[in-house]
Amino acid sequence: MDKALLEIRELECVRGDKQLFKGLSFSLGAGSLLHVHGPNGSGKTTLLRAIAGLVLQESGEICWNGEQISRQKDEFNRELLYLGHHYGLKFELTGYENLKVFANLSGSDISEHEVEAALMRFGLAHCVELPVKVLSQGQKRRVALARLLLQPSKLWILDEPFVALDAAAVELLLDVIKAHVAAGGMVILTTHQEVAVEVGSLQHLHLGQAQPAQTSQAAVAEQH
Amino acid sequence: MLATLRCMVMRDLTLAMRHRSDVLTTVFFFIIVVSLFPLGVGPEAALLKEMAAGVVWVAALLASMLSLTRLFADDYNDGTLEQLLLVPQPLSLIVLGKVLAHWIISGLPLVVMSPLLGLQFGLEGDELMMLMVTLLLGTPVLSLLGAIGAALTLGLRGGGVLVSLLVLPLYIPVLIFGAGAVTASAAGMGADGHLSLMGAILLLALVLAPWASAAALRISVE
Repeated sequence: MDKALLEIRELECVRGDKQLFKGLSFSLGAGSLLHVHGPNGSGKTTLLRAIAGLVLQESGEICWNGEQISRQKDEFNRELLYLGHHYGLKFELTGYENLKVFANLSGSDISEHEVEAALMRFGLAHCVELPVKVLSQGQKRRVALARLLLQPSKLWILDEPFVALDAAAVELLLDVIKAHVAAGGMVILTTHQEVAVEVGSLQHLHLGQAQPAQTSQAAVAEQH
Repeated sequence: MLATLRCMVMRDLTLAMRHRSDVLTTVFFFIIVVSLFPLGVGPEAALLKEMAAGVVWVAALLASMLSLTRLFADDYNDGTLEQLLLVPQPLSLIVLGKVLAHWIISGLPLVVMSPLLGLQFGLEGDELMMLMVTLLLGTPVLSLLGAIGAALTLGLRGGGVLVSLLVLPLYIPVLIFGAGAVTASAAGMGADGHLSLMGAILLLALVLAPWASAAALRISVE
């Protein structure tokens, strides 16, 4: 791993009265994948949202290219693609319209053809013109994931991306993630699925392994 | 920047067109409330003419309140709002796009309907025109100020009532100058002063409201 692009220093996050983690530090360079593990309620989603800049941390720093993300929101957001628990789709719009809106807002000028190709890759060729609300859970997730192919973001933050997907789609998503890492991208994800990348480095982060009452060193990062 | 604005407005207008009942609710509410007054008060021409501007304006305030709670709530519930927060564009610009769409859906129809409704109150030529102009200047302010309230109460239980309590007091200046302009022009005095003040309020809201709503949204989403 060469230069670290994303650096987390002494991060502490609190939800309500509960301290989720404290003193969390790690760094991520180009071409690497971070797999965040932890039981329910251990703060996986909060960590991911904090890195995306949606949740404000209690203390600590999140740096992109050596500068805090809060000071360079637009630059960081251009490099970021965050897919959370919600699909982030408008159910009244078609899959095509949904993708087009986000591509336009991200400033990338993509053609109709590219959007259709992305949907097709995720096996949605026959539902390009259907409103998202008539699609099944798995298909909705596929539409949301098709954004991965359309936006040239460096850092992907994926919160449980494999939920509701069938075996074929899981395989496909794994391929897409591997290709992204191999091309020098970075992925942070939470899942109970085993994810292996041959190219680039794979890191594991375990949240909430210490007892909840203990505050220090709740997180252990190990490098493979 | 303009592309972002246009993209947001088109998105919200498309959504509104696929949910036409919501749009029609606002317009019919406005028409019915305004039409109830001549029926309730009776056919006294002088009295009706005097209260016309006030009635139309109060009805416009209430009608614009109706759809306010849903301005950000739908996006919040399906997760598109957090995606909009992560778009590499100024959030206030995105908010402005949403507000503009809200005005086109719930404000502009009121402006267009107002001369017709004014006729029920016996308003004539110049007064109808003045009523329309004040609404044209005033309804965007209602959407802009309302967005702040909608953003602040996002995700709260009973947010709808809270929005009314927060926003209606802020609407008072617009109501006073809007209705005042029509009354003044009916009485033969110039309404220039009223209109200038309304223009000033509109400009001020245009600059400050998107910024304030954006700040409130960031807090609400967290």
